[in-house]
Amino acid sequence: MKVLVAVKRVVDYNVKVRVKGDQSGVDLANVKMAMNPFCEIAVEEAVRLKEKGVAEEIVVVSMGPKAAQEQIRTAMALGADRGILVETDEELESLAVAKLLAKIVEEEQPGLVILGKQAIDSDNNQTGQMLGALTGMPQGTFASEVSMGEGKVEVTREIDGGLQTLSLNLPAIVTTDLRLNEPRYASLPNIMKAKRKPLETKTPADLGVDVAPRLKVLNVAPPAERQAGVMVSSVDELVEKLKNEAKVV
Amino acid sequence: MSILVIAEHDNSALKGATLNTVTAAAQIGGEIDVLVAGENCGAVAEEAAKIAGVNKVLVADDAAYGHQLAENLGQLVADLAAGYSHVLASATTTGKNFMPRVAALLDVAQISDIVAVESADTFQRPIYAGNAIATVRSGDATKVITVRATAFDAAATEGSASVESLDKVTDAGVSSFVKEELAKSDRPELTAAKVIVSGGRGMGNGENFALLEKLADKLGAAVGASRAAVDAGFVPNDMQVGQTGKIVAPELYIAVGISGAIQHLAGMKDSKYIVAINKDEEAPIFQVADYGLVADLFEAVPELEQKL
Repeated sequence: MKVLVAVKRVVDYNVKVRVKGDQSGVDLANVKMAMNPFCEIAVEEAVRLKEKGVAEEIVVVSMGPKAAQEQIRTAMALGADRGILVETDEELESLAVAKLLAKIVEEEQPGLVILGKQAIDSDNNQTGQMLGALTGMPQGTFASEVSMGEGKVEVTREIDGGLQTLSLNLPAIVTTDLRLNEPRYASLPNIMKAKRKPLETKTPADLGVDVAPRLKVLNVAPPAERQAGVMVSSVDELVEKLKNEAKVV
Repeated sequence: MSILVIAEHDNSALKGATLNTVTAAAQIGGEIDVLVAGENCGAVAEEAAKIAGVNKVLVADDAAYGHQLAENLGQLVADLAAGYSHVLASATTTGKNFMPRVAALLDVAQISDIVAVESADTFQRPIYAGNAIATVRSGDATKVITVRATAFDAAATEGSASVESLDKVTDAGVSSFVKEELAKSDRPELTAAKVIVSGGRGMGNGENFALLEKLADKLGAAVGASRAAVDAGFVPNDMQVGQTGKIVAPELYIAVGISGAIQHLAGMKDSKYIVAINKDEEAPIFQVADYGLVADLFEAVPELEQKL
């Protein structure tokens, strides 16, 4: 079985982003970029499926600027076999990414597609589900456990009240939650080897997808600042403040 | 304009987040219909009919909708959407699961997790773990939106809408429900609680959460946790507050032994009052806390419980 994994280049999760002075967006100049943490978990799951002999080939795909090659190389250093970059300098919305992915799915015919549950920049949590709608595939979102069966996959999902297990016909889509696995680190020899793995570049036009945005971002503002708090020196003082100042207990 | 709100429920009772979503719909303006899709969900439909401001409740009662499988529910909602200018659901794990399918079937963008309605086509939503608020305008014919419940008040329950059954059933037949393990708790639901007591890695182990539970019982509070506490196996993951867990905004949030990483703050920094108890005075949580106490939690928490 072939597994397709989608990865996104985003701001490193430890960076505290700043809104630009003109409120046109977030300042990404000279900010450290990395693979979206949920995508790392997706790559790891695919590699584990390959190690178990379930997956034969792992194809990793990313949409974005030329620099997104770095994230594809990272995925290849972790164990992906080859990469596809759909190169564009446009800001891609989830719907556009899902449409591009749907075309790649049509070309590659994977048995399983693994994505992260959300990207930590846009916080949309949409792409995997949208790909499901466009391809007609079932989806196992927010997965904390994936177990492959004959023609089916069982996915345990993290839902609000606990856990839910679904059985999906293959081909299917899985989106990863934090607890699916612990991603490994790439070793130096594997990073060197990854440089020689094949990486194909396409454009949205090659795939016949219109990626024009549907939403217009009018403004990006910093969130309302919280008023500076006070430090209390004892539990008594804390109780007094909560009772008489905040009046919340 | 007409708005379809998808009710969130467990087939026997309506979930509170639906009421907040109806309030968001009312701010957009127009006639509001509510869809209740489930199995043996008649009681939920009756409850939904009592939400103030609702015009009509549509009921799709069939085994195919019993577990709100995204493939079936997404198609049902997309088929109904033709008659509406807006389709809204709460940004719970259920809403996040099926709504993007609806949007893609309609070939429109989805606006996730809105926190404010500016006009019928313009909305505010947090990005980058809540470190920026984007105002976006949609040019799509149908607006598909998920709503952050904590950003809107709950609608009153004093209405009397009519209830109408839908008989067309959509079953994609590509997925099926196997089992569910729901955490049992007598405490208030995390996302709806007025007071939350949360523990982090500083709790040391799962048994020590009993300290927080005692304090929570005294305050009628829910108990939450940081990712560190969940990953360490102290508590189950449905207690996680943060960017990838639950987003809460109680009157009072007491963070105990939580350092205050960006991803945790994303889930609780809209709380009215934040109290932090931590022995590290440099912990970032103190930058958002209204009241900070530098102390050993194993002494401070029992003392606090006693003195309240």
